[in-house]
Amino acid sequence: MDFAFLFQTMKTLLAAVPMTLALFFLSIFFGGLLALLIVWMRVAKNPVVRNFAKGYIFVFRGSPLLIQMFLVFYGLGQFGFIRYSFLWPFLREPFVCAVLSLALCTGGYTAEIFRGGLRAVPAREIEAARSIGMSGFLLVRRIIGPIAFRHALPAYSTEIVMMVKSTALASLVTVWEVTGVAQRLISQTYRTMEVFLCAAAIYLVLNFLILQATALLEHRLSRHRRAAPRLP
Amino acid sequence: MLQDQQIDNATATANRLSVRNIRKSFGELEVLRGISLEAHDGDVISILGSSGSGKSTFLRCINLLEIADEGEIWVDGEQIQMVKKQGKNIPVSSRQVDHIRAELGMVFQSFNLWSHMTILQNLIEGPVHVLKRPRAECIAEAEALLEKVGIAEKRHAYPAHLSGGQQQRAAIARSLAMKPKVMLFDEPTSALDPELVGEVLRVMRSLAEEGMTMLVVTHEMSFARNVSNRVIFMREGQIDSDGAPETMFSDAASPAFRQFIGSFRG
Repeated sequence: MDFAFLFQTMKTLLAAVPMTLALFFLSIFFGGLLALLIVWMRVAKNPVVRNFAKGYIFVFRGSPLLIQMFLVFYGLGQFGFIRYSFLWPFLREPFVCAVLSLALCTGGYTAEIFRGGLRAVPAREIEAARSIGMSGFLLVRRIIGPIAFRHALPAYSTEIVMMVKSTALASLVTVWEVTGVAQRLISQTYRTMEVFLCAAAIYLVLNFLILQATALLEHRLSRHRRAAPRLP
Repeated sequence: MLQDQQIDNATATANRLSVRNIRKSFGELEVLRGISLEAHDGDVISILGSSGSGKSTFLRCINLLEIADEGEIWVDGEQIQMVKKQGKNIPVSSRQVDHIRAELGMVFQSFNLWSHMTILQNLIEGPVHVLKRPRAECIAEAEALLEKVGIAEKRHAYPAHLSGGQQQRAAIARSLAMKPKVMLFDEPTSALDPELVGEVLRVMRSLAEEGMTMLVVTHEMSFARNVSNRVIFMREGQIDSDGAPETMFSDAASPAFRQFIGSFRG
C-alpha cells in the first residue's frame, strides 16, 4: 500500500469538496424552490397549468440528466437570443450550467415527492383548519405544508442523496468537483483503483453526514407518531 | 312587502343565528329541501334524524364547509353575502367566509385535531394565526380551557396519545379558544366508545349551562331531552317537527318522530 500516494490523493480530492458541496447545496436550494412552483402548478385546477407541470415532470424525469446537462452546456449557446442576452455571461460558465441542469432535474423529481406528501394530508385536518377561518396561504403555511413535508421527508432524503451523487456528472462539463479532479489525477498517474476508491470514500462520508442530518430531522418531526413519553 | 322584509331582517339581526330556506343538492340528490331555523342567544338546539336526513349537511352549510344552493344565513346579525351563479349561491367574499367561520365553532365527529401539533398548539393555532392575538395571552386562555375540559395535564401530549373522549374534549376546547358566537356539534359522540361518551356530554352540558348558543346534531336522546331547550327532527331534507323537548318527547309528537325514537328504545 502506497500510503504517501493515498494521502496525497486524498488531499487533492478534499480540496475539490467545496465545489461538490456548492453544486449540491445550490441545486437543492433552487431545485426545491422550483419544485414548490411545479407542485403548485401540478395540483392547480386550471388544466393548462396542470398539464404544463405534468409535461415538465415527464421530460425531466424521463430523460438522462447527463443529456440534459449537455443540452444546457453545449446547446443553449446556439440560440442567438441567449448568446446575445444579459444572461450569457452567466450561462457560459460551466458551474452555472451544472447547477441549472441539476436544479431543473431535481425540481421535477422533488415536485412528485412533494405531491405524494400533499396527497397524504388528511382532508379532515384541512377541514378543521377551514372551520376556524383559515384559507389560502395561511392554511398552506400552517397546516398543509408542515403535514405534507413530514410525509414527504423519507422520499425526499433519498432524492437529496441522489443529488450528491449526481454532482459527479458536472465533471463532464468541465467543473472541477471531486470526480473531475479524480479523473485528472488518474490521467496523470494511471492509478485508477486508488484514486476512485478515495473519491468513493469522500461521497460515502458526505452522504453519511447528510443521511444523519435528515434522520435527525425526521426524528424531531415525528414525535407525534411515537409512543407518549412516560412522565415521572 | 318591503316593511315585512325589514321586520324580518330585524329578527335576523337580533338572533345569534338565522337560517332562511336553505336548499342543497349534490348532483341529482336533493339533500336539503328548504330549511329555516332561528337560534336566540343561549339556545341549545338538538337536531335529530336518521342517517341521510340531511342533518350533517345542514350543519356544514351553516359554517360554509358546504355552500347551500339557495337561502340566507345570518350570523350574529351579519348576513353572508351570496351571488347567484348558474342558479346556485356562491359567496361574494372569501374574506367574509373566513370571518364567519371564525365566529362559528365546529366540533367534528372524528375530532380532526391537527396530528402534528401538541394539544396546546392545537388550541392556540387559531387565536394566534387567524385572530392575530398575542401568543402569551392565547396560551394562558388555552390552559384555562384545558383545565375546564379536564385535560390540563395533556397540554404537551400529541392527539394520538389521547383517548377518543380526551381528543373530543380537546377539540371542543380548540373551538372555544376562538371565542365563537355559536357552537356547532356534528355527532360529537358517535365515534366514541360508549364509556367515553359521558365525559364529552358533561363538557357540552356545562357549556350549555354557561349560556353558549349551540346546535347539536346527535343521537344522544338523553342530551336532547335533558340539556337542549329545543329539539328539531329532520326527515328527508326537511324539518318534520320542531319544539321544546317536553312536547317532542310526549304523545303529541309527530308519528314519524315517535317511530324514530322507538327504534332507539328497540
